[in-house]
Amino acid sequence: MKISGAELFVKALKAEGVEHLFGFPGGVVIPVFDTLYSEPDIKVILTRHEQGAVHAADGYARSTGRTGVCLVTSGPGATNTVTGIATANFDSVPIVCFTGQVSRSMIGNDAFQEADIVGITRPITKHNYLVLDRKDLGRILKEAFTIANSGRPGPVLVDLPKDVILEKGDDEYPAKVSIRGYNPILKGHPNQIKKAAGVLKKAKKPLFYVGGGIHIAGAADVFRRAVKKTGVPVIHSLMGIGAIPGDDPLCLGMLGMHGSYIANMAVSHADLLFAIGNRFDDRATGDLAKFAPDANIVHIDQDPVSISRNVPVEVPIVGDAGQVLEQLLPLLDAPSIEDWIEQIEGWRSEHPLQIQVRGEIAPEIAAVEEPAAKKQDASQPSIGHLRPDRVIRAICRKFPDAIIATEVGQNQMWASQFFTFRHPRSMLTSGGLGTMGYGFPAAIGAQIANPDKRVIDIAGDGSIQMNIQELATAVQNKLPVIVAILNNGYLGMVRQWQELFFHRRYSSTCLMTGDGCPPECKGPGDHCPVYHPDFVKLAEAYGAVGLRVARDSDIEGALAEAGRITDRPIFIDFLVEREFNVFPMVAPGAGNTEMIFSEGEES
Amino acid sequence: MTHVLSMLVENHQGVLSRIAGLFSGRGYNLESITAGVTTDPQITRITLVCKGDDNVIDQIKKQLNKLIDIIKVNDLSPLPSLHRELALIKVLAKPNLRGEIFQVADVFRARVLDVGIDSMVLEVTGSSDKIDNFIAVLQPYVIREVARSGLISMERGKKQNSTQPPKRKGASEKLNADYKVSIA
Repeated sequence: MKISGAELFVKALKAEGVEHLFGFPGGVVIPVFDTLYSEPDIKVILTRHEQGAVHAADGYARSTGRTGVCLVTSGPGATNTVTGIATANFDSVPIVCFTGQVSRSMIGNDAFQEADIVGITRPITKHNYLVLDRKDLGRILKEAFTIANSGRPGPVLVDLPKDVILEKGDDEYPAKVSIRGYNPILKGHPNQIKKAAGVLKKAKKPLFYVGGGIHIAGAADVFRRAVKKTGVPVIHSLMGIGAIPGDDPLCLGMLGMHGSYIANMAVSHADLLFAIGNRFDDRATGDLAKFAPDANIVHIDQDPVSISRNVPVEVPIVGDAGQVLEQLLPLLDAPSIEDWIEQIEGWRSEHPLQIQVRGEIAPEIAAVEEPAAKKQDASQPSIGHLRPDRVIRAICRKFPDAIIATEVGQNQMWASQFFTFRHPRSMLTSGGLGTMGYGFPAAIGAQIANPDKRVIDIAGDGSIQMNIQELATAVQNKLPVIVAILNNGYLGMVRQWQELFFHRRYSSTCLMTGDGCPPECKGPGDHCPVYHPDFVKLAEAYGAVGLRVARDSDIEGALAEAGRITDRPIFIDFLVEREFNVFPMVAPGAGNTEMIFSEGEES
Repeated sequence: MTHVLSMLVENHQGVLSRIAGLFSGRGYNLESITAGVTTDPQITRITLVCKGDDNVIDQIKKQLNKLIDIIKVNDLSPLPSLHRELALIKVLAKPNLRGEIFQVADVFRARVLDVGIDSMVLEVTGSSDKIDNFIAVLQPYVIREVARSGLISMERGKKQNSTQPPKRKGASEKLNADYKVSIA
């Protein structure tokens, strides 16, 4: 039977089990949306910006492991996806992004809404296609889905010229394709696995170091069994959060720039680093010359490129983390590491900063006095005095099993430090690219994929404004996403760097700056102008719920109220201490043991 | 160190751009690249010459292998292999100098493709070194134009029966067993 390209596209989506498609229409893709209009099995989620569509597909994919799908139009529609695609590419998220393209005869003629999106996205996709022949369409669609969610997953973009969409042709959608240049290795080499088990057994100071690859491979379960069997302590990267429960005594927390003291000390003294699914990113390793100086490294990764790139590896194992760990598990033995555990416990007591405490909460250092009421209009945001760590601990107590999305910056680091993640795939964050504006649309995608779970975006007042238009998407789809805005009136992470490394010159980082501000501000105070926007009014204008919390004692109440709402998004504007910093911190370029614990220590 | 990579790639549009983009995007050093179809019209052979230390070359090979359109990457540098480049050189040649230039060309086994009123076009093939030398020798005659093809290369045939594949050298050796990268 002859069917149109659009009909074949829909057939492909159904064959792939796609239930939700995130998109935004436009001229050349009208026929595709037209075909989808009468398709009850595929729900189109109309976002308010194409970037939101890609991030939503990303959150959908990260929280489930299923492929996220988006569909946008040519030209600006396509270029608006670029940040979302690059985000997904950096963090290995399976997405297939369909873009419309002008008709084949017009390609290259600078036609209206034409962009060479295949050229633009070549370096930020796992692979991409421009469909130039209707008879290739079925194969290309199948290849796109196959490539996106196999091996090391990633985004695949398929550019569909309008006349290919319309052209009648073959209705075949292949059940399988083989691609001769693409054969991911899944099983580990048996000799290497034997070797890895051997070095672990002999190690005196071993450490598991896990990254996002654990979640991608769905290997958290087998990994937890490996930890149980060996008793070897675990550190993780930002992306590896949740591989092991954050309150497990063997979980030492995150390493790196804003990692825990104990994780950074452990990695710097270990004699064996057993790495699974990581890239040895610079934010995790710090100064490479000082990274794990005494350690031999075993590295399991799906992508050979990640192995021995930044850090030389003694035992490389290419393969799927889940399959390799299954192969490895029977060979594992518990090494005798009592001294090592004792040394680690020593570090734990050395720096009893709340930040190291992963299990039950931060020492609630005596309750801070409530600040005197400010002279500002009560309905307007005023200078905040909440502590972000307490806000996040309260969220963690109230919603311990929530899926947490974050934006990027201080909010992201505080979320990673103070929320105790117990489940794999429960943290959605732009780890590699560091995309502000990622969290909220990702939370929307995750909420759609997980209707029975609480999804919370921990945001900053800067980041949330980068994709705030998606409030409309959340409201219209009745998604009870909670957005906890840690509002300090600054682009906080940059401000923190300015405070520590640029003599407190807050150039372009204050979001309150306005009339009456001196050319060089010496810091926040009562003189600061009123903050805009008013997030409560803004949420209400969209039909969402807006709450504001200015006092410690109101945190729990606001969260309880948010918890009762199940049919609308909730914005909670937490007015936090304006100059609260993320500590400990390893200064850029320093080694992991050279941690700064407070403002006074800047080097 | 300079390496010669011989690759089989899908004859898809954009494949050269993927490779060139990989080199520019990641700051690798690409010296020359040539492409031509093989006996299978769907497959193109690309020979590229790149420079870098062992780690960089290792990354280049792995990154190339990651490209879906690349079927096979073969590093010829450690293998007994043949390397050839072709150059067309137009030199200023007044009639009184033609004989001399003919002699120089003869020494380098270059062919004369064209003789004009005051110029000649020479064709020479050989290793890149030989072509460099030929150009250097022609310099005094004033070179008008040079067109070089870039290197094309091929592994030599086996000289004795052996079941062992030729051994590769370098830091990456121990990794190879695990990679799809690899030797023909």
